[in-house]
Order: sequence, then structure tokens, then C-alpha cells
Amino acid sequence: MNKLKSMKKSTRKNLFTYLLVIIAYLLIQLLQGQGLLTRSLQGQLVPVCCYIVMALSLNLVVGISGELSLGHAGFMSVGAFSGVVAAMALRSSIASPALRLMIAIIVGAALAAVAGFIVGVPVLRLQGDYLAIVTLAFGQIIVNILQCVYMGVDAAGLHFRFDNADLGMTDGTTIISGPKGTVTVEKISSFTAGFFLILITLFIVLNLVNSRSGRAIMAIRDNRIAAESVGINVTKYRLMAFVTASALAGAAGALYGLNYSSIDPSKFDYNTSILVLVFVVLGGLGNMWGSIIAATFLTVLPEAMRGFEDYRMLVYAIVLILVMLATNNDQLKGLLSRMIPKRKEAVKHG
Amino acid sequence: MAEKSFQKGKMVPVPSHSIIPERDLSEFPVLECSHLGIDFGGLQAVNEFNIVIGRTEIAGLIGPNGAGKTTVFNLLTKVYHPTRGTILLKGVDTAGKTTSQINRMGIARTFQNIRLFSNMSVEDNVKVGLHNQVCYSMPSGVLRLPSYWKKEKQAHERALELLSIFDMQDLANHQAASLPYGAQRRLEIVRALATGPSLLLLDEPAAGMNPSETAELMENIVKIRDTFHIAIMLIEHDMNLVMGICEGICVLNFGQIIAKGTAEEIQSNPTVIEAYLGKQQGGAQDA
Repeated sequence: MNKLKSMKKSTRKNLFTYLLVIIAYLLIQLLQGQGLLTRSLQGQLVPVCCYIVMALSLNLVVGISGELSLGHAGFMSVGAFSGVVAAMALRSSIASPALRLMIAIIVGAALAAVAGFIVGVPVLRLQGDYLAIVTLAFGQIIVNILQCVYMGVDAAGLHFRFDNADLGMTDGTTIISGPKGTVTVEKISSFTAGFFLILITLFIVLNLVNSRSGRAIMAIRDNRIAAESVGINVTKYRLMAFVTASALAGAAGALYGLNYSSIDPSKFDYNTSILVLVFVVLGGLGNMWGSIIAATFLTVLPEAMRGFEDYRMLVYAIVLILVMLATNNDQLKGLLSRMIPKRKEAVKHG
Repeated sequence: MAEKSFQKGKMVPVPSHSIIPERDLSEFPVLECSHLGIDFGGLQAVNEFNIVIGRTEIAGLIGPNGAGKTTVFNLLTKVYHPTRGTILLKGVDTAGKTTSQINRMGIARTFQNIRLFSNMSVEDNVKVGLHNQVCYSMPSGVLRLPSYWKKEKQAHERALELLSIFDMQDLANHQAASLPYGAQRRLEIVRALATGPSLLLLDEPAAGMNPSETAELMENIVKIRDTFHIAIMLIEHDMNLVMGICEGICVLNFGQIIAKGTAEEIQSNPTVIEAYLGKQQGGAQDA
């Protein structure tokens, strides 16, 4: 206990976040073993993991790097489609689904990182609102390109076209079919894989934040001119945050894509980007465990209240505005700190 | 670093009508500006700015408000790119460099309006300053390889050592924005020093400080020069500070240098008195 107290506050908070995830995983495994989870909730486990990873990675861009990116789902789609292609192409050569899933996630992350780099180089010349608008556009462009892709696999290897002509396969399977998206995918994602992906994401994000590179990224967020004046290469570190986040989004995408037998590219349009942004803002900018909780609740709740589905986006907008008003309200902050005196103390000595 | 105290030495002339301390003659001057100038549209904000600063000199840049002093700092650090002229840093031309490259070449600065990384702790602010001094790669930071632990420990120790110059090591875990004004100014100096400069530019370091804090600051500026063996150039309105510690002083008015020399020469220069000090005949020399 004393050892715990002597740790830095940030280290303690990080340990708490890991612990939270592990306990949640064990609890759900226990409930599942007892058969206490409803079917709809079971179906949500993998998507929740994907959204948590998405929220954590977007938090790296929005909360830590301080850039408003509205195209995060675009990188998820790159990961989803490339991950699915990798998993399907390796179906005959690798028998173990777990190994195939791992390879698919790595391929998804790598290709999304490449996409992140290609988008990031021009986009990160901009700042603020301009950056937000251009990332929104790029997210949409990625999805539109994917809607034109036709891909299949047969004994001769992968076949790829940008139009709806015959792929020229003898007796292969079509993997991506243009606007219909991925088809006939073998579902190999699992909750355990999602859990490990969350742990790895947390490990990468938290360790990055508490390192030399993370400090440089946060310094640029806090004061760009001062960061330049102490010799920090601003472009390099903004790009580092952006590409890392893209790669993690790609990993989440691969897991997501392999959880459904078919996904249409429009699933990853800007509504999804905004949804993930809502998780990040509600959970608190730069607050990782906040992102985890927000992503979980906001993915499970709409399903639980299916009747209100039509109003979901409306409610999100209102909640987002209310949260922003509330967190910037001094009176409310004062009330909170009076109600929870410990919290105030913690802030003071932080 | 052995502390070696420099007395206000004899000033000797060098080319381009400047003077540097005699002890610095053996090396390239840390800074050499010739015909430096910048135009903003039709306005010549700085023109024909020629200055030479020795390796261990404390130089002053003074002048009335709007004379272009901060613009000179911004030119030196490439926040603005000069329209005319050259800047040699330890004999190397700095043309085409970016602000961060200039810092790595050896110029560090503070800002007139404080620019700290306000959401980060005091220690982290200094560690950001150490960015190019204590290096390890991003993967070794993420994977927590041995070099991460070694270098982080080094950075921590170095940061505390630097903070101790201003007796601020106890504030290491405070958030930068929560510090009192004077401490924020001092933290900015520590952060600049952490980058390992050969020339430190201080933009109004004593602004908002009371006389006793200013006196302490003067001692500390001299101490920094003596400990780190670096040159310091400062913009300041507090004439006691400038006349007290600066060896070579340069007076700027309307973007032009109107006088250069030692404190005694500047104080008795009629052009300076007319342009600057002469306006305050009540005896107080603080502008």
C-alpha cells in the first residue's frame, strides 16, 4: 500500500485503468459462463471492444495532440477491409483462426498507418477548424474509394478491380463486392481478442504519453510556438500521434470487420467518426479510462433502448452540448468540489 | 561545469563597429548579424541591424516601446525570416533554418508574454526543454526498453538540477499554470537553459517583478553565464538591471540602431538621451 502511495499520480491512474479493464473482462467472462448475458449483449461484446480502441486512439489525437480529427472511421474502414482480405486470403494456408485474426489485425493496422501517413502529411499542415474539415473530407474519400473496390481470392491468389467487371476467377470466393462491402466473411473475432487489443492499445497510448515523444506532443498542443523554440520538430510529432492513432483504428477495424459476415463501407462514414468523437468528449479529453467507460455505455445503451433509436443522434447532440456547458461551468465545478472534498484536495496537490 | 566568474572586462572593437569583451576574442563570436532587416509590407520594422556578441558576453538590447526589439529576437530565432542581411551563429550561416533547427544550433529564448506548457507539470516543462539533450526513440519509450528507464532517470535528475538554479526543485510536481507570475518567468528561463544553448535570449525577464526579485534575477543571470559559459542577450526596460549587468548595450529606435557601447557610453550618449532617457527628466530612469 505504501508503495502504491509513493508512486507518481499518473502511474497510479494508469494502473487503475489496466485494472478496470481486466476486472471488467473477468466479470463478463464469469457472467457469460453462468449464461447470464442476453443474446443481444453477447453480440455487442466485440463491437464494444472495437469502439473502445477507436475512442482510445482518437483520444490520442484529440486529447493529447489537441487536433480535432473528424475522419477517424475512415482509418477504421481501411483496417476492416484489409484485415478481412488478409484473413480470407490466408484461410487455406493457416488453420488456426486466432493466428489468422492476429495477422489480420496487424495487416489492418499497418495499412491504416500507411493511409494515416498519406492523409496526415498534407492535412497536418493545417490547424484547428481547417484540419477538422479536411480530415472529415479524407475520411469520406477513403470510404468512397472502398465502395468501388472489388476483390476476390482463388487458387491463383488475390484478384482486384475498380469496376464491376468479372474478376476472372475460376472458382474463388468474392471478398469485397463494391458498395455491398465485404461478403461471405468467416467470423473469427472473439471477445478475448478484443480484450487483448484493448490492453495493447492502452499500453501503447499510456506509454507513449508518458515518454519523451508524448511530452513533445503535449507541448505542441499547449504552446506550438514555445515547442518550436525548444527545438521540437512540430510536424514530426503531430504526424507521430496521427499515424499511431490511425494504426490503432485500423486494428480495431480489422477486429470489427471479422465480427460480421458482411459489412457495407458506408458503416464507416462520418456518423461513426462523430460517434467516436462523442465517446472521447464525454469521457474527457486526454482521459483514457473515461473514453473506455463512455464507449461502453454509449454502445450498449442504444441497443438496450431500441425503441428510441431514431432519436439517438438527436440525443447525442444535446448530451454533447450539455456536457460541454456543464464542464465549463465554474458554479457546477465548485458544487462538485464541495460535494466531493477529496477531489478538490487531489486537484490541489496534483 | 566549473563555475568561473567573469568580471566586467575590457571591451575591444571588432569589425562592423561593434565591441565584444576582450576575453572572447579567441573564438568566433556567438552571434554576428550584418545588415539584418525585415519589412512588413511598406514598414521597415528592423533595418541595418549589425551586432556582434562574444561567447561569454551579457548583452543588452534596449529602446522605447515599438522600437523593434522583440522583432529582432523573432528574426534571430526565425519566427520571422529576415528580408535582408545575414545571421552567423558561431560562424555558421543560419539562412533557411527553421525555429526548431535554430534552437538545436544553439539559440534558446524566453517570451515577453509567458509561453509555458501550462497543462503540464513544472518538471515536464523542463523535460520538454531537454528533448534534444536526453534522447531515446519512440519505440523504446512505448516498449519501455532499458534505454527508456536510463534516459528518463537522467532527464529527471537533470531537470531537478536545472530547477535548483532558481530554487524551484520543490515545485517540480506543480502544474505550470498554477505557479505565481515570477516563478513562471523563472521556469521559462530554466526551460530555455535545458535546451543547452550557447546564446540565451531573454525578452523582458524582469517584467512584473518587484525590486528585490529583480536584484535576485540579476544575480541569477550572471550566475547562469558563469556556470554555463554562455552568452546572454536581454531586452529589458529596467535600466538598473541593464546598466548593472550588461557589458555591451545596443539601443534601438524605429528599427534602427542609434547607439552601441558600454553602459557608461550609452548613459552619456546624447542621441540616446534624446530618444529614450531624455523623455524622463524626473531622475527615474525606468521606462
